[in-house]
Amino acid sequence: MLSIKDLHASVEDKAILRGLNLEVKAGEVHAIMGPNGSGKSTLSQVLAGREDYKVDSGSVQWQGQDLLSMPIEERARSGLFLAFQYPIEIPGVSNAYFLRAAVNASRRHQGLPELDAMDFIKKVKAEMKAVGMKEEFLYRSVNEGFSGGEKKRNEVLQMTLLEPKLAILDETDSGLDIDALKVVADGVNRLRSPERALIVITHYQRLLDYIVPDFVHVLAGGRIVRSGGHELALELEERGYGWVKELASQEKGAAA
Amino acid sequence: MSTVQTWVTGFTAHARSSAGAKLPWLAATRQRAIERFAAEGWPTSRQEAWRHTSLAVLEQQSFLDAGKPSVAQFAQQLRGDEPGHWLVFVDGRHAPELSDVGSLPAGARVQSLSEALEQVPEQVEAVFGNELEGSSTAALNAALAADGAFISLARGVELDKPVHLLFIAASPQAASFPRNFIVADAAARAVVVEHYAGQGSGASLTNAVTRAELAADAHITHLKLQQEDAQAFHLGAISVEQAKGSVFNSHSMSFGARLARHDIANSFAGDHCETLLNGLYYVDGRRHVDHHTLIDHARPHGVSREFYRGILDDTARGVFGGRILVAPGADKTDAVQRSDSLLLSRMAKADARPELEIYADDVKCAHGATVGQLDEDSMFYLRSRGLDETHARNVLTYAFAAQAVDRIEPPALRSKVIAAIRKLVPGGASLGEF
Repeated sequence: MLSIKDLHASVEDKAILRGLNLEVKAGEVHAIMGPNGSGKSTLSQVLAGREDYKVDSGSVQWQGQDLLSMPIEERARSGLFLAFQYPIEIPGVSNAYFLRAAVNASRRHQGLPELDAMDFIKKVKAEMKAVGMKEEFLYRSVNEGFSGGEKKRNEVLQMTLLEPKLAILDETDSGLDIDALKVVADGVNRLRSPERALIVITHYQRLLDYIVPDFVHVLAGGRIVRSGGHELALELEERGYGWVKELASQEKGAAA
Repeated sequence: MSTVQTWVTGFTAHARSSAGAKLPWLAATRQRAIERFAAEGWPTSRQEAWRHTSLAVLEQQSFLDAGKPSVAQFAQQLRGDEPGHWLVFVDGRHAPELSDVGSLPAGARVQSLSEALEQVPEQVEAVFGNELEGSSTAALNAALAADGAFISLARGVELDKPVHLLFIAASPQAASFPRNFIVADAAARAVVVEHYAGQGSGASLTNAVTRAELAADAHITHLKLQQEDAQAFHLGAISVEQAKGSVFNSHSMSFGARLARHDIANSFAGDHCETLLNGLYYVDGRRHVDHHTLIDHARPHGVSREFYRGILDDTARGVFGGRILVAPGADKTDAVQRSDSLLLSRMAKADARPELEIYADDVKCAHGATVGQLDEDSMFYLRSRGLDETHARNVLTYAFAAQAVDRIEPPALRSKVIAAIRKLVPGGASLGEF
């Protein structure tokens, strides 16, 4: 589904990703863990198409297409979804309008008829209930004045409405209390299916108690330095990231 | 040509036939006003308040005294089925056949200025104002104003429906000089809408002055919607005097005209006054819009909130000058002023100039101005949800305007403004449905 090969990316001439490789197949859940500054968020932004990041070399194949040459909205419409670490506030745009525009963009792409306001409201209300959002959030501006937890729920709501093929959760757990974390995890778990894949980016193993991954990758210094199963996450929790950083600098030394 | 001499020459005949010509005080005021205009001429960019706005193109136009065009259908279309006390003016003259004031509570008067000059000349005299106020353009209005609206509310009178003043520029090259009055006695309340629209009238001229006097605890909401034709000239002035505890909320929505100038001056003559000056403009092509505001915090405990937003496309130009004056002793003044301009093209230009003069110690005054393009993070967020670039731009442009619309209370007043914005913002018809 997604195949990242030797990806190098930089921002303002500062190399952040330095030869990242990752294979994600349908049905799999991958967790990417790593210390701050290891390139976790850069990876998610590059995959979503953020133009501030420059891809220096490497390739990303997405469902047989060259992902890096696709415009941002094409990536989204073809089923790639990024749940933002810091969802953007958009004053003046109602959440309802925003959500419907997103859903209809995806439906048009799939050759489905667009949902009118009535049909959409019916659908969205059911999903909001599932992620524990009150209806009033439909009529408020996108993310404006939402608490951290409310913003993350809104991201999960968008994800469940858009039913992506690959969802990337960028530190969706940060700033959430345990109840909110469970709601978010439930939403994600409901989406799990043999046709869909997930990349869960997180600093802490806590979320992985609720969204149990098939694979755990440790990112350090812009590349994956270790891969394993869920037990790797537990090991990181126990030992901290100190040894990972060491590993990364050793590898860099070896490569030089 | 609209040279100063043309207006001065035309004045004599005009003064003889205008409503209220037999009232000595009015004749004298008109005479002094035309003399001021003759002496000063049109404002020039040498004057600080007009630095960015040139009336040279206006001077090159000629204007005619209009005939009687047919506008019934257009008026009906603008009115829709909105409830209210309706006064309609065509090329500056009251059109009784299109108006429908309806029933008013005792102590309320909503009529044309020409009627008021017949019926209650002494009341008009008390609020008419003089030739010295504002720019020379306002003096020209004082000299030539023959009609307008006269609204007066006795103590405690509340209008539960808005007063709608509809000004239609109907004839090509029509020049009109409406002068409107809102006189609210203690604790009176009303909503007044001034809607200026053009019916394909091309390069018409509207020079409008509105004067409001609010007694203690009066509460007036004023919405001005300027939708004149793209070749029209609109020179507007609103001056407000507020007594203790009164509230004046102004919404200036300026979307039309080739050149629009709005002067809004608000004076707090008593303690604990409040005002909101909410402005929104949209200009494209080579059009030009200029708002100049003055809030005179002459007394303590005054609260003013000023929010101006402009959307500029093509080579359009927007100007905002906001002056806040806090007089000595006007302690506990709380003033906030913001001006935000959104440039949709590299060639568009916005000037924002806050001017705070504070002579009291214990005050809170904040101001800020931004001029910029659409927010990149917001663009990325919308596109990452599948909206294409054009759609994302349109959504954010609409949203920028919607934030000004959201300040309009009561919400029933918003629909016309929203309709106007949807016509202007590309793809606007489908935007903001929720």
